[in-house]
Amino acid sequence: MNRRGLAGWVLLAPALLWVMAFFVVPFAVMALYSVWRREGTQLVREPSLVNYETFLDKSYLLDALFNSLEITAITVVLSVLFAYPLAYILAFLVPRRWQRLGLILAILPFWTSYLVRSYSWLLVLSENGVISQTLVTLGLLSETMSFANSNGATVLGFVHFFTMLLALTIYANLVQISPNYRRAAEDLGASRLQSFIHVVLPLSLPGIMIGAFITFVLAIGDYVTPQILGGNRELVMPQAILLQVQRRADFPMASAMSLVLMLVISAVFLASARWLKMDRV
Amino acid sequence: MTLWTRTFGIAAVFLAGIAPLHAADDELNALVWCDHSDPAFLEPFEEEHGVTVNIKEYEGTGVALALLEQSQPGDWDVFVVDGVDVPRIVEAGYLAPLDREGLPLDDIFPGIRDSEIHEIDGELYAVPEKFGYNTISYNASKVNADDMRDIAVLWGDAYSGRIAIYDYYIPLINLVAIGLGLREDGITADELPAIREHLLKMKEHSAMAGDVVSVQTALATGDVDIIAGGGEWATAVLMAEDPDMEWVNPDQGGVRWSQSIGVFRDAGNPELARKFVEYVLNPEGQARLATSSCYWAMPSNSKAALTDEEKSMLRWDEQETFIANSWPYFIPDPELDAMFLDIWTEMLQH
Repeated sequence: MNRRGLAGWVLLAPALLWVMAFFVVPFAVMALYSVWRREGTQLVREPSLVNYETFLDKSYLLDALFNSLEITAITVVLSVLFAYPLAYILAFLVPRRWQRLGLILAILPFWTSYLVRSYSWLLVLSENGVISQTLVTLGLLSETMSFANSNGATVLGFVHFFTMLLALTIYANLVQISPNYRRAAEDLGASRLQSFIHVVLPLSLPGIMIGAFITFVLAIGDYVTPQILGGNRELVMPQAILLQVQRRADFPMASAMSLVLMLVISAVFLASARWLKMDRV
Repeated sequence: MTLWTRTFGIAAVFLAGIAPLHAADDELNALVWCDHSDPAFLEPFEEEHGVTVNIKEYEGTGVALALLEQSQPGDWDVFVVDGVDVPRIVEAGYLAPLDREGLPLDDIFPGIRDSEIHEIDGELYAVPEKFGYNTISYNASKVNADDMRDIAVLWGDAYSGRIAIYDYYIPLINLVAIGLGLREDGITADELPAIREHLLKMKEHSAMAGDVVSVQTALATGDVDIIAGGGEWATAVLMAEDPDMEWVNPDQGGVRWSQSIGVFRDAGNPELARKFVEYVLNPEGQARLATSSCYWAMPSNSKAALTDEEKSMLRWDEQETFIANSWPYFIPDPELDAMFLDIWTEMLQH
């Protein structure tokens, strides 16, 4: 190996060590645990697929996976629909000197604790919360009702957070698109709508996809928001995984379920990989 | 200083930072429930002995056991654990025998001494420090208090959509079993179909299920009027602001929980650990623990220095009846425990 190659490896070593220590090794341990099993209080270290079979056999555990996918899909779609116009306005319609202020406002929700934010939504959505009371005052409801403790509340909590995250990734992509592309399209007779559909939107797809993928990963693995706002009306995967651990300490089953979740995330990554052009964001 | 010595120095500092806890003479490391982290409870002990108590909170014995498996001997001094789990903790070799001398064992409510779980082969390993009930909490301004004395209200349709379920399968399955008259000799696998059926009915009539904070919040904000599996731990802290927040032990009886304190066999600071156990069990420590900001519950010491108002919130005068008409958690063997969790998960997903 020449000196240049060696220097490359040396410079890469900290990153490789970091990934080994905090991803590869824990992942390997989890994979190993998932093929062991718990019998009574004993951990049986004989490889088998019994935990995976149990997961597939029990419809309510499979339902947890489907609930997670459903809630996450709705969250991603709604977040993109809200975030895109926000990013577009910020990138193209707001004067450049005000864009910095707009970005600061966009990241304001990240300054508060995730837990506090979820509990705040719980109070807003509760039966005596501001939404219910306002609707009664306006005569739109005959009596107060709760909007909390439902999948809808979970989606709302997610969308509030992820819209801002997505707006940032889409904004970062939009500002890289040269205004000359739009000017050229309009010179060639395209309307503003046509130049958006045929020029801006395709060029901003990498920003949308990377933001959507991050949203997907963070939402499907989140425990806090469904636990606080969902009211356990229907379990999602992280809740079902934690149930295995809390009292029974069934780490093999919890590991198997976690790996299933990772497989789903990997499948989504592969499906969207062609659009995930990191260098464009 | 060479690059190597600097690098080594930085690494040493880093490793010292992440190294396991090791008890200094003036530090106590306690693995406990959240009620022990209240400064009003800890500070008198710390000031009296000039020490620092390092608290690690956990939820669920499974989590505590996982923590212990990853710890080194000497990392922990004091352990607070579900009373019913004391035998398996002793069996695993974690706890040291306690000298009875100087502990107010005679002052502990007779009904909760549970010597069969705290004493093994004549040795005392842990002492009950706090107890309470998983029964029914309710908002007295919204429901008929007489209805709350019947467990069947939890799966009847009188308060449909107004019930929160405390999300802990062991006490709730116990509570349903008591309501069905199945609890006299414990719970068997044959009884699970009937319990499952009633759990599913309860879920259909519930508005939500959640942890301690979630069900308390739901009751306080008016989202629900009843907590299935609630008790003094859920409503006593709310009573100060809203006297309508009540709890009751139903006529069929309730589930009684207790937490116990012991000293680790490999404690790094056993003398200080012993002093902490004595502090927790003395009347002043008991009063502070009973009224901890995390959750209130009955002190195990019948001479706890509580005010009349605090005693009233804890229904002190009814304790004799409540203790007599309640069952300690029935802890299933691991196989039955897995069945419990199965029907509970199915109920949550229903």
